[in-house]
Amino acid sequence: MVIQQQHPKPSRRRDPIGVGVALLNRLAKSRAIDRLGWRKQTERVVFEATKTGFRTAGALSRSFTAASKLTKPSRLPAAKGTGRFDLTPTEDQQMVVGVVTEYAAEVLRPAAADADAAGATDPKVLAQSAELGLSLIEVPEELGGIVTERSAMTGVLIAEAMAHGDMGQAVACLAPAAVSTAISLWGDETQQATYLPAFTGDSVPAAALAIVEPRPLFDPFTLKTRATRQRSGHLLNGVKSLVPRGAEAEVFVIAAQLEDQGPALFLVESGHPGVTIEAEPSMGLRAASLSRVLLDDVPAVQLGTLEDYAECVRLSRLGWCALSLGTAKAVLDYVTPYVNERTAFGEPISHRQSVAFMVANIAIELEGMRLVTYRAGSRAEQGLPFAREVALARRLCTEKGMQIGTDGVQLLGGHGFVKEHPVERWYRDLRAIGVMEGAVLV
Amino acid sequence: MINLETPRKFRAFIHQAHQVAAEMLRPNSRQYDLAEHAYPKELDMLAAMVDGLGASGTGSGAGAGGVRRTDAAEDDGKVKNGSNLSSALSVMEMCWGDVGLLLSMPRQGLGNSAIASVASDEQLRRFDGVWAGMAITEPGCGSDSANIQTTARLDGDDYVINGEKIFVTAGGRCDAVVVWATLDKGLGRTAIKSFVVFKDTPGMTVERLEHKLGIRSSDTATIRFENCRVPASNLLGTPEIDADKGFAGVMQTFDNTRPLVAAMAVGCARASLEVTRELLSEAGVEVDYDRPVHLQPAAAASYLQMEADWEAAYLLTLQAAWMADNSEPNSLQASMAKAKAGRVGNDITLRCVELAGSLGYSEHHLLEKWARDSKILDIFEGTQQIQQLIVARRLLGKTSAELK
Repeated sequence: MVIQQQHPKPSRRRDPIGVGVALLNRLAKSRAIDRLGWRKQTERVVFEATKTGFRTAGALSRSFTAASKLTKPSRLPAAKGTGRFDLTPTEDQQMVVGVVTEYAAEVLRPAAADADAAGATDPKVLAQSAELGLSLIEVPEELGGIVTERSAMTGVLIAEAMAHGDMGQAVACLAPAAVSTAISLWGDETQQATYLPAFTGDSVPAAALAIVEPRPLFDPFTLKTRATRQRSGHLLNGVKSLVPRGAEAEVFVIAAQLEDQGPALFLVESGHPGVTIEAEPSMGLRAASLSRVLLDDVPAVQLGTLEDYAECVRLSRLGWCALSLGTAKAVLDYVTPYVNERTAFGEPISHRQSVAFMVANIAIELEGMRLVTYRAGSRAEQGLPFAREVALARRLCTEKGMQIGTDGVQLLGGHGFVKEHPVERWYRDLRAIGVMEGAVLV
Repeated sequence: MINLETPRKFRAFIHQAHQVAAEMLRPNSRQYDLAEHAYPKELDMLAAMVDGLGASGTGSGAGAGGVRRTDAAEDDGKVKNGSNLSSALSVMEMCWGDVGLLLSMPRQGLGNSAIASVASDEQLRRFDGVWAGMAITEPGCGSDSANIQTTARLDGDDYVINGEKIFVTAGGRCDAVVVWATLDKGLGRTAIKSFVVFKDTPGMTVERLEHKLGIRSSDTATIRFENCRVPASNLLGTPEIDADKGFAGVMQTFDNTRPLVAAMAVGCARASLEVTRELLSEAGVEVDYDRPVHLQPAAAASYLQMEADWEAAYLLTLQAAWMADNSEPNSLQASMAKAKAGRVGNDITLRCVELAGSLGYSEHHLLEKWARDSKILDIFEGTQQIQQLIVARRLLGKTSAELK
């Protein structure tokens, strides 16, 4: 598919609360909430969030600067910190997370088992999540998005909330946002004008950020996929692995080794005959319809610089950490009542330290994972160096997240091993954290 | 707005605490580790300086007094970064210097934290400037502090205390101890109260000092009470035996002190990590935050994992202190912080010895000392297992009778 170059929507100045209202407006129009009968609940969440949200609008406005015109690429400035240690999300974040949390509980969780079995996310669910505006969170408002500064922390909170419903569908829903975010953050003015209108319009295209390659000890900084320079643009050759919704994707952002220079990102349109998609069903994340993408002399344009690529890898790892938080929390929320209700030897199994301490350690490690991930997200948003913090979050979420997954199954015993309970799915999904690169971006 | 960086307004005094740790605690570390029970006289001058810092409102050097919770009346609606957080950060710096010496810092004992946590305003004034240790553990009771046998009997205007306390940190050097005793053994935990007892009180004897695995510069005393008369006004909190909140009163101290002990473990472990990283670097092993961990040397991978656990402990500790500053109930988070920091602090310091080989094991460096010091931090103020019990009971909604 060839995406026509369009002029971006005329820029409209929004005051700070306009960010929240823009999201509300999309929600209000959402068919999803009517069909599922949760408009009332959503309105309540929205009311609760905005009744305090409007009040702080004045204080927020300091962080905004005049929008630049599109003679050069639009770049989101870093969020301005308050200088205080604070674990309270902003009013806007609370509102967005409230809505996404309900969406995850009411839509993603009930659909999770079927989506896992089908190896695909229901198109209606994908359409609803697009209506929620998830691909706008990192797009500047002058390009039709809803933000005026970096919002990696909001991205972390959204990914966490989505994965509490279901990680596989969350990845499927968030995959296009990875591409719109990458183009917003690193695209030149032409790339932004070419692709972003599709993501901010009514029908968000399937799209994917592909970094992983199929080999052991994969290193995103030493790629086998090659980009060869042409008179205009590049030609890509290689194989990408674990690409969400690869078969549907209209646009790819693909990581490839640029001759003699190192790895970088490239924009690829999937309609070229040199692009072949192979299904790659995996241990988990089955709702994300993982695929291999085979590239044979496919024309591509470079997106961003080599430094941008390193940032992309880090922000993507951060996204996977955020996803692990939601799924690990799902495990904790599930096993807590289970061990209280399940009896053995005449009393609830939670009366045994060997069981109770396992639950305690799930909670302790999860809280640590959450704080370390939040620190990385908050540093990214504020424009501070965050390579160290992401690396530590990834170590922690890979290792403790998997431990939580396996303990979740263990606590249910044989019942945890069968598909009657969701813990076996969470176990499979949590294994992805240390393996995945790309696919999501915050 | 979510932000987990060191508060801007604390940076200067944290730097100051770091200088103190680097220039006064570290240089004396080995000396007082070897000369157990020798009084670190350097600390007197340091304590005077810490008092000065406290009086200037800069934050607190060793953190003992900083755990008092301020009134909600001062609430300006903004998120607070107050003395609990500054104390935790300060304790981290000092324990990067030396845990044992921090515990020996005059007027900064755990008893002072107890007083700051639960004393009335009048008592707070009366006990100002007193160096107070904490006496809870007995020969026959440790973690089951509800089972203490030391008694306090009201007689006129005094309480008469009888019993034996062990493992009293700074018990030999302090001016007074906060003693836990029961008003009525038959009434269980609700009858347990804490009393400030001065060292010159007749009937109170410091019997002996322990020889220990670590924190050897800090004295650990056994104290006997025989018909020791204490003014009734030295009872901290309410004298009534209230079934609803009796024990909770004394336990409340722990919500404030556990984040500080967690901070000690975080500071000590950071010292080990820093030295180990330098030694690894000299050996040609660099840690890369971007490269996948499996493509790095095993030592670097091991280091990354330790640093990740350390970061979690560090932030859990700050979270618990931050909640205290903002008057949020933090028992759960305080126990989580203590559990995580206690165990990773011990694990990190031990693994650093292993990575550094003979340089870590011998007394050439302080790595072996830190690996000995860290062990107590997973034991006192509630062992690892007690913290897990607290966390589990709270999450699962269980009583101590159900989840033993």
